[in-house]
Amino acid sequence: MSTTGIPAPTTAPRQPRRPRLRLPGIGALFVSPYVLFVTAVFAVPLGYTIWISFHRFYFTAPGTDIDTPWVGLSNYQDVLTDPVVRRSFLNIAIFLVINVPLTVVLALVLASALNARLPFRSFFRAAYYLPYVTASVALVAVWQYLFGAEGLLNTLLGDLAPDPSWLVNSSLAMPVIAVFVTWKQLGFFVMLYLAALQSVPRELYESAAIDGAGRVRSFLSVTVPGVRHATTLVTVFAVITGANLFSEPYLLTGGGGPDHASSSPVLVMYQKGIEQAHPDFAAALGVVLVVFVVVLALVARKFTEKGAE
Amino acid sequence: MTGGGRPLRLAVLTVGAVAFLFPFYYMVIGSLGKVTTGDLDGAVPRPGNTTTGNYESINGAISLGRSLVNSGIFTMGVLLCTMVFGVLAGYALARLRFRGRGTLFAVLLLVQTVPFQLLMLPLYVLVVRDYGLGDSYLGMILPFAINSTAVFLFRQFFLQVPAAFFEAARIDGAGELRILWQVAIPMVRPALLSGALLTFIGPWNEFLWPFLVTKDADAQPLAVSLAGFMSNLQGTVANPTGALMAGACVLAVPAVVLFLLFQRHFTQTDIDSGTKG
Repeated sequence: MSTTGIPAPTTAPRQPRRPRLRLPGIGALFVSPYVLFVTAVFAVPLGYTIWISFHRFYFTAPGTDIDTPWVGLSNYQDVLTDPVVRRSFLNIAIFLVINVPLTVVLALVLASALNARLPFRSFFRAAYYLPYVTASVALVAVWQYLFGAEGLLNTLLGDLAPDPSWLVNSSLAMPVIAVFVTWKQLGFFVMLYLAALQSVPRELYESAAIDGAGRVRSFLSVTVPGVRHATTLVTVFAVITGANLFSEPYLLTGGGGPDHASSSPVLVMYQKGIEQAHPDFAAALGVVLVVFVVVLALVARKFTEKGAE
Repeated sequence: MTGGGRPLRLAVLTVGAVAFLFPFYYMVIGSLGKVTTGDLDGAVPRPGNTTTGNYESINGAISLGRSLVNSGIFTMGVLLCTMVFGVLAGYALARLRFRGRGTLFAVLLLVQTVPFQLLMLPLYVLVVRDYGLGDSYLGMILPFAINSTAVFLFRQFFLQVPAAFFEAARIDGAGELRILWQVAIPMVRPALLSGALLTFIGPWNEFLWPFLVTKDADAQPLAVSLAGFMSNLQGTVANPTGALMAGACVLAVPAVVLFLLFQRHFTQTDIDSGTKG
C-alpha cells in the first residue's frame, strides 16, 4: 500500500525526477512472488521443523487444539540412540564410499574419451544423459527386473549368482542402490567434466608431452588436477543425493530391507513420521540430517580444494 | 589428450553407451513380451512372443489416462509458475537494483543446497493437515511451484546479455517489463528452453511428494500409481513384469522425447550474434 511513484499533489515546487527512481520498485515487484514462495515453502517449514523437533507433537485434525509440550532435546536423544537411524547413516556412508569414487572415475574416463572430434559424438552424449532425464520409478522397475532373483543378471551369472539374491541380500542391497544411483546420474557428471576439460589449457598437455609424460601420466598430472572443481561438485552433490535417498531404497529394496540394511534417513523419516505418526522424532531426524549434510559438504570442499596448492 | 587414440576412445564410449542404453532396450522388449521373464529369451524380441497386451493390463490396473492427466497438470502447473515468476525473479536478480538483492541471491543458493526431502515433514503437516490440500493439484504443485535452480539459471542467462542492450532500451524509454519481454527474453530464448526442460523433468519424475500428498488413486500422477502397482498390485495381472515395463515405458517416454527433441538447444546461444551485428 505504499504510494511510491504516485506523487501527492502539493504546491511545493517539483523536485526534478531522477529517471532511475522507479527501478527499486519494479525490481522488488518482480521478485515478490519468488520471495513469497521461498518464505512459504522453505523458511516457514524450516522454522517449523526446528520448532516441532523440540516439542511433543501429534498429528491432529485441522482446528483441533492439543497440547504440544516443550520436551527439550528428548526427541534428539531418541533419534541419536535409535539403532535404525544409526544403520541408515551407516548406509549413507556405504553409499558415498561406493558412489563418489565410481562417479569420479567413470565420469572422468567417459568425458575424456568424449573430449575430441569423434563420429557419433552427440549420440554418445545423448545416450549418457538418458537415465538422468528419466524417472527413477521407471528405472527402478527395470533394475528390479535385471537384478531380481530370477533376473537377467543372475541368469548370466548362473552358479555365481549371490545367495540370497542382490536386492534381498543384507550386504549387497545398499551397494546395488549406490551403483544404481551412480548409473542414473553419471550423464550429468560426464557433461560437467566435459565442460571442465575444455577449460584445461592445451599448453599443459604439450609441456607434459615435452617432459616425456605418457598418456596415463599426463591424465594424472594435468587432467585430474585441472578438473578439481568439478570433482568437488561431484562430492557435494553425492552427499546431498545420499541425504535425499528415498525412492531407491523404498521401491528397489521393498521399504529399506532386508532388516534395514538399505534404509536411508529420509526413509526412516517417512516411516517414523508418517507411517508410525511420530512427526516430532522425524523432525529431529531431519535437523540432524541437515547438520550432517552441511558438515560433510564443508569437509568435502576442504578436502578436494586442499590439493590445489 | 590431443590426437591419436581414436579407436580406444570409440571403444570406451561404445561400452559406456551399451551400459546406459541396455536397460532402456530391455524395458521396451519386456513391455512387449507375452510372457516377460528374466532369462536370456526375454532379452531378444521374437515375433511369436510380441503383444501390446501389457499396455492394456497396466491401463486396466492403474488407469493410465487418468494418471497421465494428473502428471500433466502437475508438471504444467510447475512449468507455468517457474517460467512466469522464475523469469521475472531471474531478470530482477541479474539486472535490477532493489533492497535485499544480495540477501535474496544468498537465500537462492541456500535453498538449492538444503534438500527438499528434509522439509517434507513440516510441509506435509502444513499442506495436507493444516491447509487441507491433500489429493489436490494445488497441494502437489505448491512446494515445486518456482524451481530455484531454474531461477538461478535464468539469472545467469540474463547476466550474459551485454549491458549495452539494456541501456539502449532504457534510453529509448522502454519500461522494465517491455525490456524483459522484447529485448532480454528473445536474446536468451534457447537457454530458457533448456531451463524449461530442466523444470519439466523435475515434477514429471517426482515421486516422494506426490506420493505423500495423494492417497486417492484418481489423484495420483503416473510415477506414484506405477510405484503403487509395483508394490501392491502385481498380482492383479497375468504378466506383471510385462505390465510394469509397459508402465515404465509410458512414464519414461515424454521426458526422453522432449530431451531428444531439444537437446541441440543446450549448446546454442544467440547472444554472440547480437553483439557482433
